[in-house]
Order: sequence, then C-alpha cells, then structure tokens
Amino acid sequence: MKVQLKIQRFDPATQDKPVWGNYVAEVEDNGRVLDALHYVKWYLDGTLALRRSCGHGVCGSDAMVINGVNRLACKVLCKTLDQPVTVEPIRGLKVEKDLIVDMEPFFAGYRAVQPWLVPDDTDPGGRERLQSPEERARYDDTTKCILCAACTTSCPIFWGDDTYVGPAAIVNAHRFIFDSRDAGDRERLEILSAREGAFRCRTTFNCTEACPRGIKVTEAIQEVKRTILYRKV
Amino acid sequence: MAVTYHQFDCVIVGAGGGGLRAALESSKRASTAVVTKLYPTRSHTGAAQGGMCAALANVEEDSWEWHTFDTVKGGDYLVDQDAAEIMCREAIDAVIELEHMGLPFNRTPDGRIDQRRFGGHTRNHGEAPVRRACYAADRTGHMILQTLFQQCVRNHVQFFNEWFVLDLILTDDNRCAGVVAYELKTGELHVLHAKSVLFATGGFGKFFRITSNAHTLTGDGPGMCLRRGIPLEDMEFFQFHPTGIYGLGILLSEAARGEGAILLNGEGERFMERYAPTIKDLAPRDMVSRAIYQEIAEGRGVGGKDFVHLDVRHLSREVLETKLPDITEFARLYLGVEPTTELVPIQPTAHYAMGGIPTDVGAQVVVDEANSPLPGLYAAGECACVSVHGANRLGTNSLLDIIVFGRRGGIQMAEHAAESELPPLPEDPAAGARDLLAGLLKRSVGGEGDERIAPLRKRLQDEMMADCGVVRTDESLGRVLGTIAELRERYGRAGVEDKGSAYNTELLEAVEMGFLLDLAEVTAVAARARTESRGGHYREDFPLRDDGYWMRHSLARRREDGTIELNYKPVTVTRYMPMERKY
Repeated sequence: MKVQLKIQRFDPATQDKPVWGNYVAEVEDNGRVLDALHYVKWYLDGTLALRRSCGHGVCGSDAMVINGVNRLACKVLCKTLDQPVTVEPIRGLKVEKDLIVDMEPFFAGYRAVQPWLVPDDTDPGGRERLQSPEERARYDDTTKCILCAACTTSCPIFWGDDTYVGPAAIVNAHRFIFDSRDAGDRERLEILSAREGAFRCRTTFNCTEACPRGIKVTEAIQEVKRTILYRKV
Repeated sequence: MAVTYHQFDCVIVGAGGGGLRAALESSKRASTAVVTKLYPTRSHTGAAQGGMCAALANVEEDSWEWHTFDTVKGGDYLVDQDAAEIMCREAIDAVIELEHMGLPFNRTPDGRIDQRRFGGHTRNHGEAPVRRACYAADRTGHMILQTLFQQCVRNHVQFFNEWFVLDLILTDDNRCAGVVAYELKTGELHVLHAKSVLFATGGFGKFFRITSNAHTLTGDGPGMCLRRGIPLEDMEFFQFHPTGIYGLGILLSEAARGEGAILLNGEGERFMERYAPTIKDLAPRDMVSRAIYQEIAEGRGVGGKDFVHLDVRHLSREVLETKLPDITEFARLYLGVEPTTELVPIQPTAHYAMGGIPTDVGAQVVVDEANSPLPGLYAAGECACVSVHGANRLGTNSLLDIIVFGRRGGIQMAEHAAESELPPLPEDPAAGARDLLAGLLKRSVGGEGDERIAPLRKRLQDEMMADCGVVRTDESLGRVLGTIAELRERYGRAGVEDKGSAYNTELLEAVEMGFLLDLAEVTAVAARARTESRGGHYREDFPLRDDGYWMRHSLARRREDGTIELNYKPVTVTRYMPMERKY
C-alpha cells in the first residue's frame, strides 16, 4: 500500500527552524510506520535521521509523535492511521536531527532515582532470595519498561520543566519500591519527595496513554506518592 | 575529520548482556570504557524471550551434567565439551547471581525461581523434557539487560553511547592496542588506546531476509576481526528458529511450546510426532526448522504456502497472560490473529550465529589451529565462538553464554591489563577508518553507475535466504557466492546521499553493509566446503553427518588478496562420543 507521510525535518547545522518533508512510501499491507520511514530513508532521501533497532517494540529506540500521539514507529501499522501520517520527534527534549532527540536529560532522570536493587543485610548464601508469586506480581507491571521515553515526553509537566524526573524514572523507582527484596526505600523515597520528584505529577494520564508496553504509569506514580505520604509499602 | 585520543585499561565494544556483564567485572578492577553504537538498553539481548537454563532442580530432579549432555547432543557433537561443562556448571551460580542483582524471575509457590521446559533440554540424557529454563514471563532477556544496566549505573560504569567502532588496532607483533570509533552525534573519530579489548557486538542475522535479528545486528566485531587477519570459526552454522511470525520473522518464543503449544501443518496434523517421536515439538531448533521446510516442500504448508501453524489455543488464559504475554501481543498486533482462538502462521526465521570470533574458555581470542592467543583481544556472546553451541545452539543457552563468558572475559581482560604495558600505537591508527568513511562520503548516489546501499542489501538478504538458508547445496552456494561477488563490486561504487556530520545514520548503514557482505561470503564459503549435514548446516547433496572426516571446526581467514582460506581444528571431546541424534 501507498503511505503519504509528512515528516518533520530539522538539521540544526543548516536550518533555523524545522520544515515539513512530504513523501509517499510503499509498504506491505501490514507494514509498520517504521517500514514507511525506512522506505523514505533507503529509497527517497538518505539524509532522514531516525533511531531504531529491534523493529518490534522491545528495544525502545523509535518513540516518536505519530499523528499527534507518542508511539513506537515499529508498533503502529500504517493501515490503522489517517493519511497523511505526520511524524515528529518526541517533545520536551532537544532535537539533534530530524527525529533524533537528546536523550541525556531523560536518562539523567532515570539515574537520579537509584534504579537498582538495594539488598537488605541478610546473606542469602548460595541460593536465591525467596519471593512469593504474589510478591512478584506486586511490581510486575513496572518491570516492563523499555525506557523509550514515550511517557516522559508526553507529560506537560516535563515539557515545562526538565528538572522533573518524569514518569519513566518514577516507574523504575516503583519497580524497586514494591519489590519485597529491596531495602533502598529511605533514600529513594527521599529523592522522589523532593521538588523534582513524584509530586510534580498532575495526573493528566498522558503517560499511561503513551506507554507502548501498556504500563499503568499514572497508577504507579500515584502509588509512589501514597507511599511517600504514608511511608509504607 | 578530527581525531581524539583516549586511554583505558579495558575497552568493551557492545553493551548487550555480554558486554555489560564483562563491564561489571572489569570496571571493578581496571579503568573501563563501554562503547556502543546504540544505547545499552537498546541492545538485542532485550529481545530474548524464553529463559536461561540452569540445573537448579527447583521443580524436578536435574543436574548440570545432564545439561552438558543436552548441549553437546543439541550441538550435533561439534561442541567443545570442556567449554560446555564450564558453562553448564557455572550456569547455576550465574542465575543465582542475577537474582541477587534483582532480576525478577517468575517464582514457584514456595518462592523459589520457577523453571519451565525448553527445546532439547531433557532429564537423564534424553528420557523426557525437563524443567530447566529460569524465566521472567516471556521477557527474560529484557530483564537480564535491564538488571545488568541497573548494576552498571550503580557502579558508575563509563559508557560511550552511539559511538560506532569501525576498526581494531593491532601492533606489528599482533597484540591488541585498542579500537577506532566514529561518534554519531558529531561525526568525529576517536582512538581508544587500550591494553584489553572485548568484542560483544552480537549477531549478524541481517544478511537474511527473514530474521528475528535487530536492524543493527550486522556483525561489526567479527567483520573487523576478519579484515585484520583474524579467522572466524564455524561460520557455516547459522540457526533458523522454527517459529518466526510469517513474513516478518519476529520471534515467537520456544517457551510457547515449552508451555504446551504445538505445530500443525496445512492438514492440521501435529507433524513433529513423525520427526521426533519422544520429545516432539520440543526437539532442537535445527530439526524443527528442517521439519517445517520438509512439510512445506512436500505440499503440506498451509494453503499451499510457505508457512505452518503454531497452536496455543488450548493453553489457559492464565498461562498466556502470566507466562507468554508479549508473544500473544505480537500475534495480535502484527498478524491481526487472536491466538486464544486462532492459529498463528509461522515460518523459520534466521536467528543465531553459532560461529564467530574463536575464543578459549577465558574469552581470549585464539587465531589458529593451535589455539594461539592474540594478546589483549577478547570476545563474548553471539559474536564469539567458544564453542559451546557447536552446530546448533539449544534454546536459552545464549543468555547463559553471555552471562558466563561475559563474566569470564571481564575478569580476564582486567587481569591482562594489570600485568601488561600499554602497547604502542601504530602511526595514524585512525587511517583505515578514515579512508573507509571518506570513500563512502565521496561517492554520490543517483548518477550513472552510482549505487545505493538499500537495494544491494535487499538483494543480499533475498539470495542468502534462498541459497544459504535452512537447506543448501553445492549449486545454491555457488550461486550465492556469484551474487556476493557481484554485490561486492557494486558496493565499491556505492555512496551516501547524506554528507553531514551529525547523526549520519546513512553512513553507518553503509559501513554495516560492508560487514554483512564480508560475513555472508565467509558463511557461504565455509558452507560449500563442508560436505556433510550437521546441526544448522544441512546439505541436500550430503544429507548425512560424517564424523570420520568432519568432527572439526572450520577457521575461515581472509587472505591479503581478498580470497578466503579455510583451515580446520579438532573438536574437544571429554565424555560424550558422537551418537546418532534422535529425539
């Protein structure tokens, strides 16, 4: 099928502001937006810059704004979209070129919440720590995060203030706060209760709608807020 | 083109599971840089689904020795058995250690790590399938990658993201002295001068049309080694995974069959009962892929087409939602199929390179038939060939491989750095990389005689799929080598439209295409020479395994004049003599 595309193009080295590029791509009937972008890059205009790797929604490289909504280009089929399909870089991060943005502020937010297991003092010896299936299920949802930034760059608070750690960072904090094996709460909750932390969230639910992994992002943020208020998991 | 110099004890190229596991070891002991052309969490380890085998015996009796036997038999006896013993023995600690790092494994009712069945993994030397695969739903690789990345962040590992390594620096007396990298953001070159370098660059399935591999899996590490005179081992062995989504190649995990799914041909018959009467749909991947090929060739594909069905309809909703959620979603999204009520069209998909950069069990690169080491150079994971997978890798053993040999490589490279001097750099170490890029940037596209990369790559993928895939013959391999020679000539005239220096990903793809061509050629040459069938290498004109002559690893080296020279080295056998491979 033919796909009409309207892609935001911007090369800061040579342009003052972004322009729209119009293209017609040819893809299979079940082709993804990524396939259409590849068609443009491979056969029409090699200068188009985008990130991608796995092509099926697990690596998190190709988050972009597709027809106004944050999506992974490899997880949207062209036939489900109105044409022309508009494609823009995700918002709130500096555009480096075309659909590529500076990811550093996003990962800085991630690193800030200490996203790693802080084990308690007990020595598990040469065996695994025990965790019941129910305890494991408690944080299952937030282990799915692929750090694609679709949630964080859909958040109006983040657009206005990039010191806010953002939804993805809080999701990754949640993954440990609700893990029965983790003992890092004191410090992690301290960080999240600070000015840049979870209370900047105004529950607009954009993040939940944007998540390509179906994580209940807003709910996770609310659970973190409640935990901070009541200091109990 | 500006060149910046850096100095480290250790440089790790690639930030998937192998690279990150190595980094956790080496960064504790020595100054370490991890260089990746992606961001670490974009690495293809994250796409691994089903599990990681270790004989924990949490749910039924098991032993690492049985695991070793299965690995050797699954690899059609081309496995180096000393290496397989190490991997299967260390598997247990490797899994426990990941749990201690925080990996959220699925659990048994009593809170221990749950385990499930997987292809080719059996109890007591083939009696019946065994529950050996430790898993986190069907995103085990994702959880391994995330967990290792979390630990690297915690340990302040130094990353150079979106730096594409183009060249390996060797001294005149053949020691490793570092690498040359191209920074995607700026277009600048960097020389990373180092005592130890570890390649963990992953696979190279992108020379096939239907593949589960990421777009970025182009064999850069093995390609660089080949160009620097280092041989590649067992390149003729490439695994096709039986259950790729029809037309797209996206993986549907073997865990589906581990949980009870079955394969049906166009007549609705569970055909694996004929090919592997004991373990049926849980036979190793090479056998299942060949069986699918056979069914299709004999007219029993679905609707006369080139696919068969995966049937998960009888699995409970709970199993699908808690143990196989991602692949259920893939079927819905990409095929518009509802797996709870409909059959899922699948076909074999190019999945895993058993061959690669030859190493010893310490991940040190060895460069000849006598296994002489190249001081300072290491490799781990899919880009390496230890060889623990032989002629056909068992499911889950790749995640195991990256953890066990990533760890060993990280320790070894740091110890080497501690006891050696920084090797001297050659004059202008960036010259090779600079010339490579300059050539591609200089040539134009769109004019008379000009070539674009994409059509060349598509042709390579189509022809490799047709002539060097699940089934091969002397004729088909001769044909594909002719195609490769033609494509190589055209590649020499190929250029890029993007002449800019910021995020010139067209240039990146053009360089990657060069590595794919090199590796495709080596694969086809080694496959044509091996006149037997073993594991993932099936020759229609030589359908039997020939242990008398072919119990040996191939080593393919590129001569100065560009032709490929093949040598062979023996397989290490410790306890299992080759037997007929029945399941």
